[in-house]
Amino acid sequence: MTTGDATKTLSGALLEGLRHSSWQSRLAVAVVALMLALLLVQAVQDPGQFTSQLLIGLTNGAIIALIALGYTLVYGIIELINFAHGDNFMIGSFVGLTVLSGTLFGLGLFAPISGDSGTIIKVAGVLIALVVAMAACGLLNVGIERIAYKPLRNSPRLAVLITAIGMSFILQNVGLVWKGPAQVPFPDLISSANILPGDAIVFRWKDLFVLAVTIPLLVGLSYFIKNTKQGKAMRAVAQDKEAAAMVGINVNRTISVTFLLGGILAGASGVMYGLFNGITVFNVGFTQGLYAFTAAVLGGIGNLSGAVVGGLLIGIIGSMADQYVGVRWTSIVIFAVLVLVLVFRPTGLLGDRSATQGGGSGRA
Amino acid sequence: MALLEVENIHSFYGHIQALRGVSLTVEEGEVVTLIGSNGAGKTTTLRSIHGVLPPKQGRVVFDGEEIQGTPAHDMISKGIAQSPEGRKIFSRMTVRENLEMGAYHRTDDIREDMDRVFDLFPRLKERIKQEAGTMSGGEQQMLAIGRALMSRPKLLLLDEPSMGLAPVLVERIFQIIQEINKQGTTILLVEQNANVALEIATRGYVLETGAVVNSAPAEKLRQDPKVREAYLGEI
Ligand SMILES: Nc1ncnc2c1ncn2[C@@H]1O[C@H](COP(=O)(O)OP(=O)(O)OP(=O)(O)O)[C@@H](O)[C@H]1O
Ligand SMILES: [Mg+2]
Repeated sequence: MTTGDATKTLSGALLEGLRHSSWQSRLAVAVVALMLALLLVQAVQDPGQFTSQLLIGLTNGAIIALIALGYTLVYGIIELINFAHGDNFMIGSFVGLTVLSGTLFGLGLFAPISGDSGTIIKVAGVLIALVVAMAACGLLNVGIERIAYKPLRNSPRLAVLITAIGMSFILQNVGLVWKGPAQVPFPDLISSANILPGDAIVFRWKDLFVLAVTIPLLVGLSYFIKNTKQGKAMRAVAQDKEAAAMVGINVNRTISVTFLLGGILAGASGVMYGLFNGITVFNVGFTQGLYAFTAAVLGGIGNLSGAVVGGLLIGIIGSMADQYVGVRWTSIVIFAVLVLVLVFRPTGLLGDRSATQGGGSGRA
Repeated sequence: MALLEVENIHSFYGHIQALRGVSLTVEEGEVVTLIGSNGAGKTTTLRSIHGVLPPKQGRVVFDGEEIQGTPAHDMISKGIAQSPEGRKIFSRMTVRENLEMGAYHRTDDIREDMDRVFDLFPRLKERIKQEAGTMSGGEQQMLAIGRALMSRPKLLLLDEPSMGLAPVLVERIFQIIQEINKQGTTILLVEQNANVALEIATRGYVLETGAVVNSAPAEKLRQDPKVREAYLGEI
């Protein structure tokens, strides 16, 4: 999962664009060049701030990448864009919050964990919140597939897509009833203090936390899919369901496992989002889900490395736009980049075969 | 008792009826071939036996057990494997991984079986790390057969194993099929190439628009004037 690959593909796409050299592509290349030049100027003027922004982008990107993987895993195996996935992420943040507030299932199990709690309690609380949210979202995702998507396995794709949108509304309303329409604060458990000495470059404990959770998850996922029997079965089902069944793979169970994995990652992402940003809200899944879906498409939907690269890129582009263009313009910049990439590479940065390539290990 | 008994199966694609009461038997150790023109229902018969397209009516008895309701993924542990029409290899996986998938349900050592496949198809050994989708059509066909063998099936269903192969390779593939049969695997073979199929088969069935219209020992079918005219390309 190298960003080097992505840059290479990106520059390749741009060069290809130049060779076509219609006026649109020239314009596009000019825009990208201008943007990069402006960034370069900023980087030279204040390298500390630039680096800090890059690191923030990386962290945001990691949170997005975990959600994006859920989109891409599911797309890879049943070619469905699971619109409810972002809302599953939201439920993850709610579950995490509930665990931290000590009131799981309405039971006052323990005192709420807050910024004042001892370090050990905080660490244990965060770990438990992560594990519970991952389990809950994993199972929720499996349940959604069983109830809403599996019965439509042989229906036209549009039917499943609309059902997914319906599931998204249902989950959002569950969130609305559960925590109300307003933003809910997350306890401030992880320090926002800078780890690095001085304040030229800012890399906070929060940032470290996100990377420390994300990286093992990515490594674990990659190992699972490449090397385990179940992971190979997932790739086989993604490539040819009938052939997979013929060699003895239970296709339905394998699809369930895929949803389980996607849900687990969304759960982890939800808790991290809350702890990182200090808030969550019932419709956070819509915006984050949209970014994550964009990341999956940008990287090449169905391609796991693509989802990670796409997530990181969107995180970084977003944080750069926040700083140098203005927060109000961030979404526009992100989607402009998406459009630009898709014009030159309709299958995304790393997705060479798009729909037919399945949820393979990608080109990791 | 026959290894496989298919009794009067009816199969549908949606509302379209593809099989109208097909019956056939395969004895242990035989090579039985199913011939018929395009769209006759040969592939559908194999899919129905294999549980990929469960028949709406009729019985499939394998090894003394009724299996017509069994899901496809359980067939391999009962002893049925298939090299399907269109090969259906896992094109983004390596040759080795494809063969491993063929032994998916097994938990014992599969190295011996892999060696056996490589003995039959030395070509595959050379390409063990290659992504299967990048191999030539013939190599992919070998892989599809090899993958099916990895489960040590009692019954091997072969759907047009000679499709798209050069004439030399066709001959070789049929030699290999005979070899596999001699090593103890019963074979139900679907072939366009009826001439060669009837040469290596013990018995044959002729399928027409979803029903069996003729069945006889292979030697007899080869001499049948109607069969010669319709399927062996002689006027
Ligand atoms: N997926 C499907 N949906 C609808 N009809 C189908 C489908 N597959 C096959 N059929 C129909 O069922 C009938 C039998 O098809 P089948 O594939 O079994 O023929 P076949 O004997 O294997 O022919 P070929 O020699 O061309 O492979 C044909 O009329 C075909 O059009
Ligand atoms: Mg056929």
